[in-house]
Amino acid sequence: MTRTLRKALAGIAMAMLASAAMPVVAQPAPAAQAEAAEHVKIGYVELDNDPRYAAAGAFAGIQFYTLARPFTGAEVGLDDAQDIGRLLGIDFALEKASADSTAALTETIAGWVDDGISFVVADLPADALVELADALAGQPVMLINVSAPDDALRGEQCRANVLHTYPSQAMLTDALGQYLAVKNWRRALVLQGPQPDDALMVEAFRRTAQKFGLTIVEERQALLTNDPNAREQSNVALMTEGVDYDVVFVADHGFEIGRYVPYQTSLPRPVVGSAGLVPEAWTWSWDQDAGAQLQHRYEDKALPYRMNSGGWAAWVAVEAIGSAVVRTKNGDFDALRDYLLRERLNLDTVKGNPGSFRSWDHQLRQPLLLATPDAVIARAPFTEFLHEVNDLDTLGVDAPETQCSF
Amino acid sequence: MTHLHKIVPALFGAMLGIAGILPAAAVDTGLVFVSNERSNNIAVIDPAKDNTIVKLIATAGRPRDMSFNQGHTLLYVACGDDDVIQVIDVAKLEVVDNIPTGRSPEMFRLSHDDALIYVSNEETSTVQVIDVASKAIMFEVPTGAEPEGIALSSDGKTLYATSEVADMVHVIDAEEGVVMENVLVETRPRRFIQPSDAEIWVSNELSGTVSIIDLTTFEVAETLEFLPPGFRAVDVTPVGMSMTHDGKTAIVGLGRANHVAFVDIATREIETYVLVGSRAWGTDISRDDKVLYVANGLSDDLSIIDMESRTNVLTLPVGRIPHSVVIDD
Repeated sequence: MTRTLRKALAGIAMAMLASAAMPVVAQPAPAAQAEAAEHVKIGYVELDNDPRYAAAGAFAGIQFYTLARPFTGAEVGLDDAQDIGRLLGIDFALEKASADSTAALTETIAGWVDDGISFVVADLPADALVELADALAGQPVMLINVSAPDDALRGEQCRANVLHTYPSQAMLTDALGQYLAVKNWRRALVLQGPQPDDALMVEAFRRTAQKFGLTIVEERQALLTNDPNAREQSNVALMTEGVDYDVVFVADHGFEIGRYVPYQTSLPRPVVGSAGLVPEAWTWSWDQDAGAQLQHRYEDKALPYRMNSGGWAAWVAVEAIGSAVVRTKNGDFDALRDYLLRERLNLDTVKGNPGSFRSWDHQLRQPLLLATPDAVIARAPFTEFLHEVNDLDTLGVDAPETQCSF
Repeated sequence: MTHLHKIVPALFGAMLGIAGILPAAAVDTGLVFVSNERSNNIAVIDPAKDNTIVKLIATAGRPRDMSFNQGHTLLYVACGDDDVIQVIDVAKLEVVDNIPTGRSPEMFRLSHDDALIYVSNEETSTVQVIDVASKAIMFEVPTGAEPEGIALSSDGKTLYATSEVADMVHVIDAEEGVVMENVLVETRPRRFIQPSDAEIWVSNELSGTVSIIDLTTFEVAETLEFLPPGFRAVDVTPVGMSMTHDGKTAIVGLGRANHVAFVDIATREIETYVLVGSRAWGTDISRDDKVLYVANGLSDDLSIIDMESRTNVLTLPVGRIPHSVVIDD
């Protein structure tokens, strides 16, 4: 692999003659390029019936276009990599597998590894991701988590063969916490939905509150029910009365409770968390730092879907692999892995600050967006919060507090 | 195909005198033009009238890069949202013609004889070569994603284009439309200056650097790192650059670091940093090298810098998201 890639790079000028001159009228077959091309395949796995996406079409059959799976983002990343690859004689491709169990995915990936695949983009829930990582331990392959925010994956359950481009739950709540502190909206009423993920989100918010000097006035359980006996846990006005607060923090991955909280609170207060002002890796309305251009490349493939956080995480995962291949001029797994983990990776996040992976837990550093359904209200981190090395590390779990050891 | 572009401009060039644009004479008006991306206009500033805005020229959507023809009778402006390069009569200060382009034109250069436009189309990942007289697209060259900066060698034979996403400078045979070399630089390369035929400088927005490419080896010979006092490396996002006409000093707009850097071209020494507005990108220097103009994209204003004292003497509100600045002198 290495030898042929070098040959391909040395033969750039030759390949270019055939591939880059593209008259408007005709496009000659790039024979020389095909000959010199190095093939780099990137894997992509997901579960058929991932419950996290159940809500996407669950509301009376009306599709929620915001809840798309990440795959289109990976395809946009592939297009970008192919643009570069065409010029350098490198042929990038995506191999996608969808299965109903991690066992089946493990088998598929084992075959891919024999086929020279070194990186697999993984759209999996936390437990499946850990299972897969353990099954693949010791093999020359890295998983890139593009959808699971669970802090445990960056903490006690971290794995050396997993990178995370999706932000951790702690990063997401920290982004929000910084904003609340800057606005001096420091008293939060917490509404917690029924899912285990909601409990994890509240746990992360408790940590955020302590970190940025916020007060959790009260935590209340919210249920999805019409039971009159449970109305104090299902009626938003009742759930939000009896105490004073600056904001309502709602944790609801099911989406069906949270989306009804804004404008129904007992007091006239803003809503943050899963609804209202939501911390995101990406949202369609981000237009700075070449965001609009990335948005358009995604929409060209997928309208009416628009890029969401998972789509961005998959895009940036493929971008990272592509840039590692191009920069190292070497297809070896170890060389690519070392390149990705170097401190000055300087990955273009299209959100301002360049990204790199934290050495202590393999989490991609990145700015986060605080968004309403229509606009990005602010970008974290905020200038009020500085870090001794990299301000992006004010978001999430920093080196001294990490529970991860590889 | 490859010879067609040599014939067609001559043909249409001959017709230009009859049917083409006949601009009124305009010589060295001294006016300063600033394109405002979100106001969809060009603010025209008269330094002789106490730097007042004497006209707002309405343009197509999202005007960005601008360039004069050799005689400064026409000003071309790339309008990204409407896929067109508009032509402004400098004497009338009006749009007089439109040249259609690919999707989202951003930066462009005119050939030295004004016959061709080389334009980067940000959203189609191509550099197009357009015949000005016939408006025909002569050919297009595929590039990495988000092509931006465009430069043309002094002999007109070599074209340089950056790809923001590919982190590359493409070296293109301007006559054949063939990429000859790809030089990997740093993250998100944006714009060029050409201090000599031996080297070209390219700003790397997300690396906070300028790469100096040796044009004999097509390798990065030197990298300049910028860091104004009190700033973090991540805030330093160089984009626009200019050179003094005496060839001695380079100006680098440092974007989010809200400064411009003065660099001694011969010694590569970064001499000083001057505070300007927010997200300083576009820059231009008066012909006498006495005044520097800096378009500040996120504070909607123009910084006017005295080159001798190297201080900001005036900040002028110009419009929403000022992108580029050029001077008719």
